[in-house]
Amino acid sequence: MDPSYYIVLSAALFTIGAVGVLIRRNAIVVFMCIELMLNAANLALITFSRMNGSLDGQIMAFFVMVVAAAEVVIGLAIIMSIFRTRRSASVDDANLLKY
Amino acid sequence: MSTVLALAGEVTTGEAATFYILAPIALIGAIGMVWARNAVHSALFLVLTMLSLGVFYILQAGPFIGMVQIIVYTGAIMMLFLFVLMLIGRDASDSLIETLRGQRTVALLLGIGFAGLLCTGLGRAVGSMTSVGLDEANAAGNTQGIARDLFTKYVFAFEVTSALLITAAVGAMLLAHVEKVKAEKVTQLEMMRARFAPGNYPAPKPGPGVFAATNSVAAPGLLPDRTVAGRSLSALVPTRELTEAEAAPKGTEK
Repeated sequence: MDPSYYIVLSAALFTIGAVGVLIRRNAIVVFMCIELMLNAANLALITFSRMNGSLDGQIMAFFVMVVAAAEVVIGLAIIMSIFRTRRSASVDDANLLKY
Repeated sequence: MSTVLALAGEVTTGEAATFYILAPIALIGAIGMVWARNAVHSALFLVLTMLSLGVFYILQAGPFIGMVQIIVYTGAIMMLFLFVLMLIGRDASDSLIETLRGQRTVALLLGIGFAGLLCTGLGRAVGSMTSVGLDEANAAGNTQGIARDLFTKYVFAFEVTSALLITAAVGAMLLAHVEKVKAEKVTQLEMMRARFAPGNYPAPKPGPGVFAATNSVAAPGLLPDRTVAGRSLSALVPTRELTEAEAAPKGTEK
């Protein structure tokens, strides 16, 4: 086995997350798929860090986690406020800007 | 922790075994998250994937980032997801109706194409790479190494992160805040006027016909002329008319 197997796993997880964003209609599940994509990118960063013998990749993964935490807080607050006005968490119902 | 750190360079048998056990679990978690109809199940599947990824980070000589993954991601962020799921209603599951016809098929095809592109690109880039390992970088300890880089090389990014977190906290407060309008508050005088206004019946509503012939609150109250008093019926309780058999004496009377 080679450390690049981790990269293959990371690519697979990222693809599943991207397909999930395209398929699912529930805003929270779409958001969870984005989290999965961020995690896949983190796995790739940490594997690159190990392959190159430098801690920079781990620090980048750490920053990704911080940004993801901020993003989750704001995203969930937006979903909550949309739910409060439309009583629905489906991305298909929030289409006022379309017309 | 030194045994974990020693694994950094080439892949040992133990690491390979762990990978072959946990990688399918991570994939099952990811596919289950997309597949599950119930959003709570999706969140739990994602927790499974994130825990496996945390173990991978620890395996790859990153004990600090692995613990952060488990504590911050799985412990805090996913619990926040579950919290919001419970707030907006657990049954907010997806409808099976496609709004665009063939969207799922196209999305799957796009995903397969994307995976193909990613694998070819990565295969060319990574295939011939030799793994150096983090033994040297982790010589003084993984956490110490990360701290040294974070507070020297990346100190500006680190400080900017604090601004980001403050902005996120203020933004979340602003988005979740509901302003109470003062004019909406009804005073006692206005309530009294509305009560005695023409068209409003000021007295309390009549009670249901409990104990007249039955002890159900669904039985309507009767007026003296034996017609049903409409106001005695609750909108929440279904109306019930007694059948002959139910209205007949039960034989328990004295």
